[in-house]
Parts: sequence; C-alpha cells; structure tokens
Amino acid sequence: MRIKLQKSLAPNLVSQTLIPIVAILASLFFCAIFFVLTGRDPVEVYSAMFLGALGSEYGISETFVKMIPLALCGLGIAVAFRMHLWNIGAEGQFYMGACAATWIPLSFPNLPFMLMIPTMIIMGALGGGLWGLLAGWFKTKWQVDEIISTLMMNYIGILWVDFLVYGAWRDPNGKNFPLTAAFPQSAMLPTFGSLRVHYGIFFVLLIAAVLWIIFKKSKWGYETLVIGSNPVAARYAGINIKSNVLLTMFISGALCGIAGMVEVSVVVGKLQPGISPGYGYTAIIVAWLARLHPIAIIGVAFLFAIIHVGGFMLQTMGMPSATATMLQGAMLFFVVGSEILTKYEIKFTSSKEGEKNE
Amino acid sequence: MCMFSKWERVLLSCLLVGSLAVAGCGSGKKDTDKGGKTKVAFVHNGSINDGGWTNAHSNGRLALLKDNKNVEASYVENVGDGADAERVITQLASQGNKVIFATSFGYMDSMVNVAKKYPDTIFMHCSGYKTASNMGNYFGRIYQARYLTGMVAGKQTQSNIIGYVAAFPIPEVVRGIDAFTLGVKAVNPKAIVKVIWSNTWYDPAKEKQAALTLIDAGADVITQHQDTVGPQLAAEERGKWSIGYNMDMSKAAPKAVLTSAIWNWGPYYEKVIKEVQAGTWKSGAYWGSMKDNVVDIAPYGPMVPEATRTLVNQAKQDIISGKLNPFAGPIKDQDGKVRVEQGQIMSDADLLKIDWFVEGVDGYISK
Repeated sequence: MRIKLQKSLAPNLVSQTLIPIVAILASLFFCAIFFVLTGRDPVEVYSAMFLGALGSEYGISETFVKMIPLALCGLGIAVAFRMHLWNIGAEGQFYMGACAATWIPLSFPNLPFMLMIPTMIIMGALGGGLWGLLAGWFKTKWQVDEIISTLMMNYIGILWVDFLVYGAWRDPNGKNFPLTAAFPQSAMLPTFGSLRVHYGIFFVLLIAAVLWIIFKKSKWGYETLVIGSNPVAARYAGINIKSNVLLTMFISGALCGIAGMVEVSVVVGKLQPGISPGYGYTAIIVAWLARLHPIAIIGVAFLFAIIHVGGFMLQTMGMPSATATMLQGAMLFFVVGSEILTKYEIKFTSSKEGEKNE
Repeated sequence: MCMFSKWERVLLSCLLVGSLAVAGCGSGKKDTDKGGKTKVAFVHNGSINDGGWTNAHSNGRLALLKDNKNVEASYVENVGDGADAERVITQLASQGNKVIFATSFGYMDSMVNVAKKYPDTIFMHCSGYKTASNMGNYFGRIYQARYLTGMVAGKQTQSNIIGYVAAFPIPEVVRGIDAFTLGVKAVNPKAIVKVIWSNTWYDPAKEKQAALTLIDAGADVITQHQDTVGPQLAAEERGKWSIGYNMDMSKAAPKAVLTSAIWNWGPYYEKVIKEVQAGTWKSGAYWGSMKDNVVDIAPYGPMVPEATRTLVNQAKQDIISGKLNPFAGPIKDQDGKVRVEQGQIMSDADLLKIDWFVEGVDGYISK
C-alpha cells in the first residue's frame, strides 16, 4: 500500500469550493486550541467575535464599512495577479487615489454634489492608476521587477500624503495639526440612514460584476490569463505583452485609487495620515485566498472584515489585540496549505500496482 | 455539477446558521450587573507594552484600579486613527462604559462624532483641542519636564551636540524640542540640538537607526519624542548618554539614561473618575503641570554629577512655584528674530499651535 500525490488534470468545482471552506473551519479550530490553552472558552470567544460583527445593525454596517476598501483593493490586486503581475502597491495606490480625490473638494469646495463626486472618482482612479502605471512603465522600459518597485512606491505615496497634510494642505483653522479641512457635504458619498455603511458598496458590486464578466467572457480577460500562465505562448499568439502590462497596472492601481477616494470621501471626511490601517496589504491576502475570483473576493473581504471588527470586540473582553492577526494568519496558512488537496489527488495504491505504473 | 453546487449551498447555509446558533447560545451570560462599579474604558493607538506613551497611560489605568475599588477598567490597543477609532469608541460606549479615555490625537473627530450619539457617556480626549458638553480634553505640560531634562543634557554633553529623534512636526513635538533646547541653552549656550524626523510614532528599529545617525553626526546625548525605547538602545549600544521620554527608561538602557521626562497619569485619572462618581465632572480643557504631578522627571542615573542635580532640582522647584517659565522671553527663533520679548511669556494659545524652532535647534519644519 502506498500513498501517491497525483496532479489532477481537471480539478472539480466541489473540492475547489469545499476544501477552502473546510480549511477555514480548521483554522478556527486550530486557533481555538490556543484559546483553551490560555484559559478561554472558544465558543464564547467566537460568539463574541461574530456577534460583535454581525449581531446588530450597527455591527453589520461597520463590517461592510471595513469590507468595502478591502474588497476594492482586492479586486484591483486580482486584475494584476491574474496576469502574474505582482502588484504589491495597493497601499500606495490607495493613498495616491485618496490624495488626488482630496484635491477636488479642497480646491473647488463649492462644486455641486453631482459634479463633485464624479470628478473625485475620476481623480481617485487617475491618482491610483497613474501610480500603478508608473511601476508598469518601469517594468516594460527597464525590466524593473514590479514587486520591488510597487512596494517601494508605497512608502513614497504615504509620505507624499504626509508631506501635504503636514504642509500645504493643512487646515488653516486646525491649530497646526496634520489634517486637511473637513470636506463639504457635497464631497461625501451618501450613507444608509444614520449608519456609516455607504454607497461605496455599489462600487464593489459593480466592479466585481464587470471584472467577473471580463475575466470570464472577454478576449482581453483571456489574453491576460495567457500572458500570466505562459508568456512565450502569448507572444507566439501575437498578444502585445507590453501594452497589456501597462493597461493592467493602470486598471489595478485605479481600482485601489477608487478605494482610497471612497475612504476619504465618506468614512474619514478629510485627508489625514493613517487613513489606511494596511488595507492594501491585507487585500493581497484577501485576493489570494479568493483565488482571484471577483465574487469570492467580496466574500473573503467580508470574512476578514468580520475578524477585524470582531477582533476589537475581543479586546474589550481582555483578549490581546494580536488575536485577530493570529486568526488571519492561520486562515492563510490553512487555505494555502490545503491547495495541495485541490491541485493534486491522493491515490492509495497497492505496492504492486505502484511498481507497474513506474 | 449543478446538483453538487446546490449541495454546497445547503452545506454553506447550514454552517452559517449553525455558527450563528452557537453564537446565540454563548451570548446569554453577558451584561451581568457590575455591582454599581463605574465602567471605564481606554482606547490606545499603540500597545500597552510599548515602554513609552501607551505604557504610561496603561500605568495610569493600573494606578486608578489600585486606588479606586469602585472602578472597572478595560482597554483596547492598536486602534488606528482612521475608520477603526469611531467604531471602537462606539462599541465601548454601547457596552455601557461611563467614561472613555482616548489617548491619540487622531481620535479627536471620531470622538466628537460618538459623543453626539451618546450624551450620557463622558468622553475624554488626550492631546487634541475640541470639546463638547460631554467631552473634555486633557494633556500635560510635558515641556516643563523637557526644559529640565534639557538642562541635564546641556550639562552632560562634551561634544556640544545633542541628538533629538522626533516623530512628526506637530505642535506637541515642536513645543517639546523648543523647551528642551531652551533648557540646554540655559546651562550651555554653546550646545546645539540636532533634530531628525522619523515620520513614525512607533517603529523601534527606525527610531534606533535615527539615533545612530545622530551619534555618527557627533551627538553624545540622545533624546527623543517617540513611543518606544529605540533611541535609548542606540545610545546604550554606542556608550553615549540619553534622556528618556514617556516613562523612566533607565531599565531599558541603564548605562545611558541620565533621566527621563515622564508622564504620570494615575493621579489625573483618579481625579476625573472621582469627579464623575461624585457627579461634579464638568467638560473642559485640562493642561496639567508639574505642580499637579502629571508631568515630572525620573530619578537621575548614577552618572549625573551632584552639581547638576542641585541645579536642576532648584529649577524644578522654581517651575512648580511659578518663578521659572521655560517660555519666558527673550526667545529668538532659528533666524535670530525675537519671537518673545523680554519680560513677556508665550501664551497658552500660542504654545498650543507653535510651529517654529527656537535658536539653537539644528533642524527643519516643512511648511
């Protein structure tokens, strides 16, 4: 009797969806061991976490507030990752989008809502998109590895925002604190009632749907997939790799930029340092866990939002703040680890048969 | 295939329903009566073990718990300034906390928003400037302690270059650098204070690196306005002196630390809670001084000579009695222009928004 791992040629849909879900449950169980070891009741911990995030109208609203930037950045990242273009720069593109969008209400505070919001969206997309395009251009022009360039450009983007809010864009009535003036009402996306959850949710749904169709049905969606999995074949097929790199980096950055625009427009209501607690980085995990599938990204982003929102709830019970991070890490570990089960089939063979095959 | 995806859906919804049901069962025992204790919560941007800013507030909470048995205090740490702050503060308010202390400047507007929704909760914001009928702000005149530690540094330095690792050019930090430099100048007119901006509140490695750069530039005393002990470790490693901030940092760097400018939040937190319990609390802006014991300097290290100790102790008494004010004129700025005339004292309003360096600072504030 031997155990063999055989690459499965046609991974089936059931195992592809079921195994990650089982892996996530396994990671919850795994973390439960630590809760027990530290003298906590895991049922109580998880119920506090899920109830904190989903147990009330307010909690659900807050979970969506957290999900929106994660999902938008995750979608942006997926566009690039699908082409094996490793855009680690979502964080910087988020900041540059937020920054470009902020320029509109600061310079033209009297624009009406119907003009203000669309221009802010365009500026946000341009800010993030051009920041991504720059890294793409480095890649096509001088073969600069986009992992390094996008990562480094994150720091530049964040410091650029710092530079503005500590300097030229500082609110003149803000006692020299690093904040821009609060946006006029016309520059703020509407929210649902008195809750904080806002119309940014429609951006998520719309963009995810469009990407889903593009990935699945369009020629361009197919081309980028081919470039990612086999650039040589793509070149033979006459696909222009350079222009696709540029276009993809622009779109990827633009989506992250829109995430930044949405966040400053409605959640923060002004530009200030620290508008993102690492959305652009967490979104990489989100996109990866969702296997770059636009609809799955929404689901994973929602799950991460639950862990994040619920994680702070746990702190009020006296749990350390690292609990939420531990859960996220364990999920990534288990889901990525379980990929071996979807990509390969485990075969139990008798030793005789095994020899024959070899 | 179609069949299976239906099954998946069934399974998925079973799991969701199941987990919610489990969640529902577990929640029954919450909200027990706390026996009339005042529920107090703290929100921090750093970790309570950072050895600096948040740690000092955490010690204040522990002192409060020790001295007032009718208090139940919880905390939430590592809360970012953006979207998270408003939610965490709201959650704490909805959980029935009577008083919520928030210890980062960036929480100010979030707290103002939550304070509107919870008129029966008392909100206390540290280091900002906005107040509401149920929201007060509080801070301390740490610049008084900075001035005294500046005197210690000025006496101790041999290279006449003192290094200052600073987080961001906000008024609080600029004020500290100015007061420190005025203290240095009072005892050693030849010394200068070199400033490096780290652009972070919390990054032990980066803060340490900035301190090493200052030492390489000739500094033999290192001080800082950060949230960790990184700069002190650099001084210890290179055999230089150091002035701590936030807490007594002599444990982290026993051979380097001359003294530290420290926060002492315990007495203040006790005072606020007593007022709340007695029903006498009123909203307002509190800027505590050395006289109130909110700010102080830590015990001197063994390397500080007796003469320096006597001198600085005298100055401390003068600050407490009001005889000495670090921001009394004449004070010149970096360009040599007189900003505060002889016989005048800078007003609190000007101090709270200060954005210029005094003469003797070798550094730059971007504008």
